Amino acid sequence: MLKNLRVKTSKFIDETTNVSFKFNGKTYYGFKGDTLASALLSNDVHLVGRSFKYHRPRGIMTAGSEEPNAIVQTNDNSAFTEPNVRATEIEIYDGLEASSQNCWPNVDFDIGGINNFLSPLLPAGFYYKTFMWPASFWEKYEYVIRHSAGLGKSPTEPDPDIYDHRYIHCDVLVIGAGITGIMAAKTAAKNNLKTLLLDEKTELGGSTIYQNSDFIKINDQSTSTWLENEITELEKLDNLEIKTRTSVAAYHGYNYLLARENLTDHLSKDDAKNKVRQRLLKIRAKKVIVATGSLERPMVFNNNDRPGIMLSSAIKKYADYYGVATGQKNIFFTNNDTAYESAISLSNKGIKVEAIVDIRENSNSEFTKEAENLGIKIYKNHTVVDTHGYKKLNKISIMELSKDGQSFTNSNKTILDCDCLGMAGGWTPAVHLFTQSGGKLKFRDQDQVFIPNKYPSDQISIGSCNGDFELDEIIKNTSKSLREFLNINQTDFDNLDTKCPKDKIVRNIWLLPSDEVIGKTKPFVDYQNDATANDIKLALREGFRSIEHVKRYTTTGMGTDQGKLGNMHALGIIADTTGIKVGELGTTTFRPPYTPLTFGTMVGRNVGEYFDAFRRTPMNDWHIENKAEFENVGQWKRAWYYPKNDETMHDAVQRESKAARDGAGILDASTLGKIDIQGTDASEFLNRVYTNAWSKLAIGKCRYGLMLNEDGMVYDDGVTTRLDENHYIMTTTTGGAANVLSKLEDYLQTEWPELDVYLSSVTDHYATASVCGPNSKKILNKIIPDLDLSDENFPHMSFKNAKIDNIKCRVMRISFTGEHTYEINVQANFGKSLWEMCMEAGEEFKITPYGTETMHLLRAEKGFIIVGQDTDGTMTPIDLQMDWIVSKKKYDFIGKRSLYRSDTMKEDRKQLVGLITDNPSEVLEEGAQIVANTNATPVEMLGHVTSSYYSPNLNKSIALAVVRGGKNMMGQKLIIAMENKNINVTIVDPVFFDKENVRLNA
Amino acid sequence: MFLITCPFCGEREQSEFKAGGEAHIIRPKQPTELSDDEWAEYLFMRKNIKGVQLERWNHANGCRKWFNAVRDTNNDEIKAIYKMGEKPPSI
Repeated sequence: MLKNLRVKTSKFIDETTNVSFKFNGKTYYGFKGDTLASALLSNDVHLVGRSFKYHRPRGIMTAGSEEPNAIVQTNDNSAFTEPNVRATEIEIYDGLEASSQNCWPNVDFDIGGINNFLSPLLPAGFYYKTFMWPASFWEKYEYVIRHSAGLGKSPTEPDPDIYDHRYIHCDVLVIGAGITGIMAAKTAAKNNLKTLLLDEKTELGGSTIYQNSDFIKINDQSTSTWLENEITELEKLDNLEIKTRTSVAAYHGYNYLLARENLTDHLSKDDAKNKVRQRLLKIRAKKVIVATGSLERPMVFNNNDRPGIMLSSAIKKYADYYGVATGQKNIFFTNNDTAYESAISLSNKGIKVEAIVDIRENSNSEFTKEAENLGIKIYKNHTVVDTHGYKKLNKISIMELSKDGQSFTNSNKTILDCDCLGMAGGWTPAVHLFTQSGGKLKFRDQDQVFIPNKYPSDQISIGSCNGDFELDEIIKNTSKSLREFLNINQTDFDNLDTKCPKDKIVRNIWLLPSDEVIGKTKPFVDYQNDATANDIKLALREGFRSIEHVKRYTTTGMGTDQGKLGNMHALGIIADTTGIKVGELGTTTFRPPYTPLTFGTMVGRNVGEYFDAFRRTPMNDWHIENKAEFENVGQWKRAWYYPKNDETMHDAVQRESKAARDGAGILDASTLGKIDIQGTDASEFLNRVYTNAWSKLAIGKCRYGLMLNEDGMVYDDGVTTRLDENHYIMTTTTGGAANVLSKLEDYLQTEWPELDVYLSSVTDHYATASVCGPNSKKILNKIIPDLDLSDENFPHMSFKNAKIDNIKCRVMRISFTGEHTYEINVQANFGKSLWEMCMEAGEEFKITPYGTETMHLLRAEKGFIIVGQDTDGTMTPIDLQMDWIVSKKKYDFIGKRSLYRSDTMKEDRKQLVGLITDNPSEVLEEGAQIVANTNATPVEMLGHVTSSYYSPNLNKSIALAVVRGGKNMMGQKLIIAMENKNINVTIVDPVFFDKENVRLNA
Repeated sequence: MFLITCPFCGEREQSEFKAGGEAHIIRPKQPTELSDDEWAEYLFMRKNIKGVQLERWNHANGCRKWFNAVRDTNNDEIKAIYKMGEKPPSI
């Protein structure tokens, strides 16, 4: 039967609004304002999941983002599903469905639970030890391991939610809206600073907002009442923006922070529809105030993980904030006064507290006295040695501690009945964001905490994340810090009258002793990854010393909670075992994000077609209408080939390639990079950046150029045309355009500032149609009848200004296919008209549009290289057998000196050659390895195939390749070694087609 | 992601800039007269200091201008910015 453990009306919960939700298929009710955790606890559901390795039953341990156990899958089997969500952070809404993870068939009966009994066989590092032999079995092991790895299930469908990004600039960012965060935000905003206050919770006020202890007061008011008034005043301030449900994920250098704002996760699917779900805030703050508070530490003892074992502060929050009793027979287990505070609060609400087990020998604060007055049995100098109850805690065993805290005074064991155990192991300042920003910590021995020491940017930490735990020192130190940090004379908090208990004693024992032999105990340090103190000790015995190595070997702190609870204990246990002080060990690195982020939040709106920017040519619509397939070249979408009817890519490319040589072809060449070069030193500039000479290029002529890096390797190529005395237009490869411009600018601005040269990118300003083939002249004559196309007037490698109707155009007679070709450039917005005009004029000559694939094939027939395909940044012009383009006369050009380095002059460098296959119909794979002798061990790799096609114009397979010493191997037989066969090839000249360039000049 | 003050445009985010490596390496005026070792010194040898370093930066997605920066590689703090051709400030 279900119990209702709701004890008291809470102002934070709307008890008039029932909310129905499903957990593991069963319907439960909670109230508006509940988290999934508080609602389940009010229904007496503690068992919510299974642990990662041993599949032990686990319950809700905390009330916040540090939760290691109660992580669930939401909305399973829908596109909205999300794994590994903390039940303590999910605000329930009507229709919420959540389910347990890491269990099969269900959380109550989980087959994997057998791992718990096999646990002696599964120590730290057992993967590495067990699956080593026989080595060939790894693939089989891996299959099983992969299936048992991971916690939740990834969604299988695209995320239907909307995500967003926003930039925020502020004077002061305050992280955390607990008591000190509120003080900071109010002080900053009142001093005319643009302030942003963030908190991951729904309500402002942190833990103080439900603090009603008679022993802790400000100005004679309960701290919650005082803080409520402060918040009311705060919300009236103009300079302040407040965001709740917003968790800071990362704190980078330069006070640049990322935060996730949760906008609709607390709403029903209907209410959330069409709204932004989460927003990533990119915050640039002049000053940052970190007020992230502290996390309560658990205690490390045998079987400290059963459902019903929780943090004492969480039990208090469930009672005081949510009005939920987490148990009916509560016991607290503590090393400080926090548990007493929680016990008193519970007693005052009528929730039964059976006992407090305290490892300290004495404590005389007002809290301990009050607990005794309330009739709570206190076991001083005792420790819990074991707990009982498989799916829910029902008993604990306690024993009296020896003086050194490592054993017992006698063998008497007391068994106590209980259904909820609250652990209070002290507090750990939440310094995660501080260290992410590059801050350095120091260790405070007296209470064993790491606190901020050196700030790397304009920031401070205040409150308990700075190691101030008592109200009086919090108020005093915070107001002092704020005055100094904001450079102001006073705050509203300089003269507050605070009251809180004094003389608080802490006794810290990182690993509590057990009467069982080690090896039979399970004192968990990292709950989520099932790493125990024994695993850590094993790692140390096996020789691991660095905290980073122990972490990775035992997986301590590597779960989705990043060890927020257990990392300090891991350090303490290492320190105790090795005799090195905690302060000297240092901590592991805290990395972003502080709590997990969804991929959706990270990518924001950049999904689907907005994932990456792309560029389209002015002729793009025509290509789409004519069923072109596209390929990405840089950011460009280029027409790849134009299949007709049911043509395959191969068929289409063969048809296009044949047509371009037999009749006429047309290519959209608009994407080629175009750089406009002007200035009195333009010729000299080209001389310096290209390998060949440019001074004597006549106006109206075009020249092919090869550009090197300073190391002598080919960087880019293209045709440059001299438009006028001091005016050139350079074309670059499509993908290299931006880099070439940037490189040229670099030399102009930094090495040769004396040159009078100006560069402008005009790639997008022109559209280019390249008409090639035996009929190209006839087609051009139809379009521009006034232009004299005779070889005398307009020879190959020359340029003419012309007009089509009233539209100015630049026509170059240049060729990348080996055919008689005209490239017509017009202002971009006339591109589509130009294209259509060419198609119409070419119709009688069967003009065939061809794409980039055919272009590649045609140029390969001619042995023209493509930079980036036939070169890879290790090829000199000499390697490419392009010695003819390297000027011997020029004193200098970029990369010249490197061509005479001992390495670049070696005879056996990889050199560009042509390959033909013995079987003319066999087409090689690009990238295939080339060898001479397959019997040698190891087989020496001589090179690889860079371009390979079936040439319809030669009716045979052709390829370009780079081969070590290939220049001197003409006619030699080599072997292409494939996975299951060898292909015999012969080295030939890389020019396969029309070596005499008859067609160019035809 | 740090902020860089372009001497021509003002303060902008790092993503607008391209790093250009060590500053004040001057391309030899007569490369052909250098030995292999001397050329290699210019071509390949770059410092990689942990600490204050003089670097070239380019406002690639902005005004396209190159300039120099003094950056502490420990924490990415940019201590000074100066134009090409200017002497580095003493820091």
